[in-house]
Amino acid sequence: MLRELVPDPTLLALAQAAVASAAALAVALLARARRIHVERELAVALARGLAQISAVGSVLLLMLRGPGWLGVLALAGMMVAAAATSARRARRLPGAFRVSLQAIAAGSGSVIALMALAGVVETGVAVLVPVGSMLIANAMNANGLALDRFRADVLAHRREVESALALGAAPEVSVAPHLQSSFRASLIPAIDSLRSLGIVWIPGLMTGMVLSGTPPLRAAIYQFVIIAMIFASSGLTCLVGTTLVRAQVFSPAEQLLLRTEAERGG
Amino acid sequence: MSFAPVVLRADRLSREVGGRLLVDDVSVEVRQGDVLAVVGPSGAGKSSFLRLLNRLDEPTGGTVWLDGQDYRSLPPRELRRRVGMVMQTPALFDGTVADNLRFGPRQRGADLPDDEVAGLLRQVGLAGFAGRQVERLSGGEAQRVAIARAVANAPEVLLLDEPTSALDEASKREIEALVAGVVRARGLTCLVITHDLAQAARVAGRVLVLEAGRARRVGPVEEVLRAEGTGP
Repeated sequence: MLRELVPDPTLLALAQAAVASAAALAVALLARARRIHVERELAVALARGLAQISAVGSVLLLMLRGPGWLGVLALAGMMVAAAATSARRARRLPGAFRVSLQAIAAGSGSVIALMALAGVVETGVAVLVPVGSMLIANAMNANGLALDRFRADVLAHRREVESALALGAAPEVSVAPHLQSSFRASLIPAIDSLRSLGIVWIPGLMTGMVLSGTPPLRAAIYQFVIIAMIFASSGLTCLVGTTLVRAQVFSPAEQLLLRTEAERGG
Repeated sequence: MSFAPVVLRADRLSREVGGRLLVDDVSVEVRQGDVLAVVGPSGAGKSSFLRLLNRLDEPTGGTVWLDGQDYRSLPPRELRRRVGMVMQTPALFDGTVADNLRFGPRQRGADLPDDEVAGLLRQVGLAGFAGRQVERLSGGEAQRVAIARAVANAPEVLLLDEPTSALDEASKREIEALVAGVVRARGLTCLVITHDLAQAARVAGRVLVLEAGRARRVGPVEEVLRAEGTGP
């Protein structure tokens, strides 16, 4: 219906956004009838969301016309932002930001570069930036989970870790079981999404490709490629992150530096 | 009066954390084969002091001399092999009793033969326990394994942090006797923390009394207990 009424593609997109927003606002009005007031909050959130995502679209539009290094710069910026977010989750770990940045850059950066070189994904900015951002975002989540879990595990087993040290074990030996468990735990989301692919969810990327006219089988296989890349980059990120953070929790004299908040106080 | 060589000497040892002195300028020497009890009220810095001796924590002042050598010049792993430690509650590693006993020697590439595992277990009253999974041990048995595990590393000095505090009275006496036997049989030098002066009198030849991180008194057990007003 809209297509016939609005022939201009940009105006059509805005009209589609308006109809979708109207549906959301209608729900808010229904809620209001039950005295649940979210309409003002929702209206602000809708306007803000539209503005943000349109801004990103415009930046992508500029990049499409711009040189390739602009895309690399954008990915580098995303990595820094991801490291900051990841480090916030693990803020009680010494050197969390530096460790996160190195891990995310090594993990997602190398997978993006490798796949681009191998021709698995196109090297155009229009493909590289959105695909790269998916890898970086997932690497960020996995890295945050891994570091946080490692810290919690080592603190919960501090006596075992120090018993091992007291028997002359190297620091890496004393925390090895906790490194393994945090690495495994951080990859559970990535493994689950691989496992449930297509059964529990049809990911956004595939949906988008099908909606814009790509044959469903091609879209499906491309989506699988992306999810497998996400697994590779998240896994590598966690491997690098946990290895680097291991060095951060010991002093040069091989003393465990992690303390609970209570112990630090007294 | 013992004329055996001094094995371990704490030299004006201090540790300050967050502006608070946990250990404050403590000096004491322990001769070969001696058992020194470290006593004092809770919060006196007994555990903090012990953790400085194998450098699990870093002193903020002073140092420790092991066989006349400043321990900061030793690689930490070698130091901790030579100065063994048994913690208040045994933190055993998953696996069998024998796995736990072999852990220390394996860190330096040595394999503890079966007969030595059996010998150590006999010494702590756990003959035939080598293949037992550690999660099936009682508290007293686990603490014996922790002692055997520390001794399996052939240390020169053994640090015991209230090894019987989590045990009932009967197990407590058994562990005391066992520690005394192991220390004598192997010629170990030993420091043992206890909050129980009667236990100090039973196991130790000399006593160090800590209070608010400071060494209030150090000397032969009878002398110190008399001065503390609890002696005979």
